Amino acid sequence: MTPEKRPFSHNLSYYEDMHLVVAKTRLSENVVRLDVSAPRIAEVRQPGQFVIVRLGEGAERIPLTIADADSDAGTLTLVIQAVGKSTKDLTSLEVGDSITDIAGPLGHPTELITSGRALCIGGGVGTAVVHPIAQELFSRGVDVMSVIGGRARDFVIFENELFRFGDVIVCTDDGSYGKKGLVTSVAQDILANSEIDIVYTAGPVPMMRAVANLTRPFGVKTIVSLNPVMVDGTGMCGGCRVSVGGQTLFACVDGPEFDGHEVDFEMLMDRLTTYRTAEKQSLNPNCQSRHASVSTHLP
Amino acid sequence: MIAKSPDTPSKPTPKQRMLIERQHMPEQDAQARAANFGEVNLGLTEQLALLEADRCLQCKVPKCVNGCPVKVNIPQFIKHLSEGDLPGAAKCLLRDNVLPSVTGRVCPQESQCESECLRAHKGLSVAIGYLERFVGDWAREHSGDQTPNEVTPSGKTVAIVGSGPGGLAAAGGLAASGHDVTVFEALHKAGGVLIYGIPEFRLPKKIVEAEVRRLEKAGVKIVCNTIIGRTYTLQELQGQFDAVFLANGAGLPIFMNIPGENLKGVYSANEYLTRVNLMAAHEFPNSDTPVLRGKHVAIVGGGNVAMDAARTAKRLGAESSTIVYRRSKEELPAREEEAHHAREEGLQFEFLAAPVQVLGNEEKWVTGLKCVRMQAGEPDESGRARPVAIPGSEFVIPCDTVVTAIGSRANPLLTSTCPDLQLNKWGNIIVDENGMTSLPGVFAGGDIVRGAATVILAMGDGKRAAKAMDDYLRNTETESGSIRNNIMASLCDVNL
Ligand SMILES: Cc1cc2nc3c(=O)[nH]c(=O)nc-3n(C[C@H](O)[C@H](O)[C@H](O)COP(=O)(O)OP(=O)(O)OC[C@H]3O[C@@H](n4cnc5c(N)ncnc54)[C@H](O)[C@@H]3O)c2cc1C
Ligand SMILES: Cc1cc2nc3c(=O)[nH]c(=O)nc-3n(C[C@H](O)[C@H](O)[C@H](O)COP(=O)(O)OP(=O)(O)OC[C@H]3O[C@@H](n4cnc5c(N)ncnc54)[C@H](O)[C@@H]3O)c2cc1C
Ligand code: SF4
Ligand code: SF4
Ligand code: FES
Repeated sequence: MTPEKRPFSHNLSYYEDMHLVVAKTRLSENVVRLDVSAPRIAEVRQPGQFVIVRLGEGAERIPLTIADADSDAGTLTLVIQAVGKSTKDLTSLEVGDSITDIAGPLGHPTELITSGRALCIGGGVGTAVVHPIAQELFSRGVDVMSVIGGRARDFVIFENELFRFGDVIVCTDDGSYGKKGLVTSVAQDILANSEIDIVYTAGPVPMMRAVANLTRPFGVKTIVSLNPVMVDGTGMCGGCRVSVGGQTLFACVDGPEFDGHEVDFEMLMDRLTTYRTAEKQSLNPNCQSRHASVSTHLP
Repeated sequence: MIAKSPDTPSKPTPKQRMLIERQHMPEQDAQARAANFGEVNLGLTEQLALLEADRCLQCKVPKCVNGCPVKVNIPQFIKHLSEGDLPGAAKCLLRDNVLPSVTGRVCPQESQCESECLRAHKGLSVAIGYLERFVGDWAREHSGDQTPNEVTPSGKTVAIVGSGPGGLAAAGGLAASGHDVTVFEALHKAGGVLIYGIPEFRLPKKIVEAEVRRLEKAGVKIVCNTIIGRTYTLQELQGQFDAVFLANGAGLPIFMNIPGENLKGVYSANEYLTRVNLMAAHEFPNSDTPVLRGKHVAIVGGGNVAMDAARTAKRLGAESSTIVYRRSKEELPAREEEAHHAREEGLQFEFLAAPVQVLGNEEKWVTGLKCVRMQAGEPDESGRARPVAIPGSEFVIPCDTVVTAIGSRANPLLTSTCPDLQLNKWGNIIVDENGMTSLPGVFAGGDIVRGAATVILAMGDGKRAAKAMDDYLRNTETESGSIRNNIMASLCDVNL
């Protein structure tokens, strides 16, 4: 079925359907890859864009990057790290379960170069975020090199996927796989020894801040993918506001990718702790009352 | 039908009508309701509604109608009501206003229909809003009895962007004319501000849900989680539908632009209210979305949105909830009823005060709102006294949560993706007298055209646009029809 032929006033029924999980892979102890059905988004998404996902009644709306998509199969790939209630619920879905709401694609597509050399730096689940960027750069003929990191061997994800687009250097904190150390020390060597036109990075905020600090003296443009707490994802609430170049911007509509040399990472880190007490509470096993309704989606 | 007690004369004389006093709206006790999210106004009983209906003088020249932006035939529906003919009242009301249960609750009646009522000149106006609510609720509860009118399909398709009152009113009108209507909504639930903004205690969500269901029964398709400008472009809609109505609202929150605004504990009213209304954060942890339950909450602004946020804070358990408004008490733009309810619920007010900084601690949590005293200055363009700061009058309101409710603008998400769509300098869509934009076949209405306005104005736009779109669609039909006839004729020629 060619996309533009899909007569849409009559073929909208798939939106009323839930989004079926068609494949599930555990990538590391707490990171899961889900392929879910969302044909329209799969068709039009671009690198750097994300979706807002709501598992079911009572669930939170959370943003997740579109790590990959198959427009023929009509599926999106989501790579989810279980850090709290919502992501735990999502990572415990099995094939055949479904997600009630997926909205997108949201955010601006990545600002991509069309020639030269790009360095993609991913940390933890952020590796899945840089994947579609590397993919698109590769297809445009850009020379892609990736540096990816994880705490230990089991936390390294998407190595094989990224290897298709260029060299991949893996680092682990404990040296259990690849180089021992942080992605920034490897990146430092690369920047010092070769011409890099642009750096794309996604991962924990301290890592992105370290990468931005590293590239600044080299004068290499650095695009970071920010992950503030979001609600609607359409610019309506302002909860996702970040400070870039002294200006307050909404990550969901103005980003989520920004010039890393302009971002106020401290503010982002502070704001990410807003619901710390609440998050603990929502994982409390005593608050089971609604689990019953969510578990209809669970095995 | 409601049976009237036999001793009530079926037609009171004008003199008798004048003697009836305005009925009071039964409401939840102020202290009790400040701790729950149940509706504050409980609605008139049948008896009270009939009594109130008898207060209407059935004026030959009903001034009240002039005060209503959609010109509801007020005396007529009240007449049916006072005769106990509720189906008649409902039919009459619904002809002019598709969401009477909603407007009966949220319209600023005191400055619209009721302010023009003849009886307001000598005492209190007829409680038009209460009666509208009563009839609207009756109609909703008895909607099973009403069979939707059979309509002949027109064969035309219409896309509507946004499911707020503007979009819903247009959808209702267009479906009634036989068009195939699809409403696209960005969020996971339909209703716009009626769902995510206006709190449950003023407008129960089940009412909005019932209205949406009624439209669905009438054949309207509602497609949620679909963001026009992202999931589909407007150009694609234009290609796939015969006409488009844009009613995407004015949902872009304005911040104060003062230091400390990004501290933890500063919310836009949109975020605060959305967390509670759309995401049920007040039920956390039994729902998954949290909201900060501040002990001392300061709300900046003086409109309905500010009142809603402040009253929500109280219901979330705040010990103090303070409205900070830069003008005087007399100039408060919120509806008098809301301000009155707010006072009853123990809200505090800081009039003639403007925030200059949000104060925070080491961990970047809000600790207070620094304000400056204002005084009335020279009148501005709006004719109101421009508030000016009194030098050296800074003071601090200690608080842990700040909610800004100083207005909203047009969200550029959709409009920025259609360069051909003409906008004014505030980013609102420009339309002609039929509600048509600079793009042929694309109409617009509600807050995206007017800037933040009211539910009834958005509905009025939707209704007007539905009429204009119907004309447009029927005209284009005749055109394409005549082309088809010409082609048929030429084919016949060949065959002959
Ligand atoms: C544009 C965007 C894209 C994202 N893409 C992905 C993705 O592809 N895969 C993925 O696993 N996650 C992604 N995230 C992060 C993800 O949305 C959050 O991890 C999720 O909302 C946490 O919800 P929770 O209820 O499971 O955890 P919570 O209970 O809310 O939080 C648990 C812990 O996670 C931290 N946390 C909360 N929100 C975030 C956040 N937004 N980002 C990082 N840490 C957070 C908290 O500080 C806390 O320590 C993305 C975020 C954004 C804004
Ligand atoms: C808290 C609050 C209290 C209020 N109280 C009152 C009151 O008491 N009385 C009164 O008369 N008025 C009140 N108002 C104002 C009133 O609600 C609005 O004027 C009215 O809702 C505007 O209707 P609308 O249809 O134009 O837009 P909205 O109600 O804003 O609906 C727009 C819809 O479009 C959706 N949307 C936006 N962009 C897109 C897109 N790109 N694609 C798809 N969907 C999209 C939005 O998600 C939303 O659902 C209040 C407003 C607020 C915020
Ligand atoms: S719609 Fe509003 S203004 Fe019009 S009659 Fe009803 S309450 Fe009054
Ligand atoms: S102006 Fe007042 S009294 Fe006269 S018809 Fe209208 S509501 Fe009735
Ligand atoms: S998530 Fe609400 S404005 Fe970005």
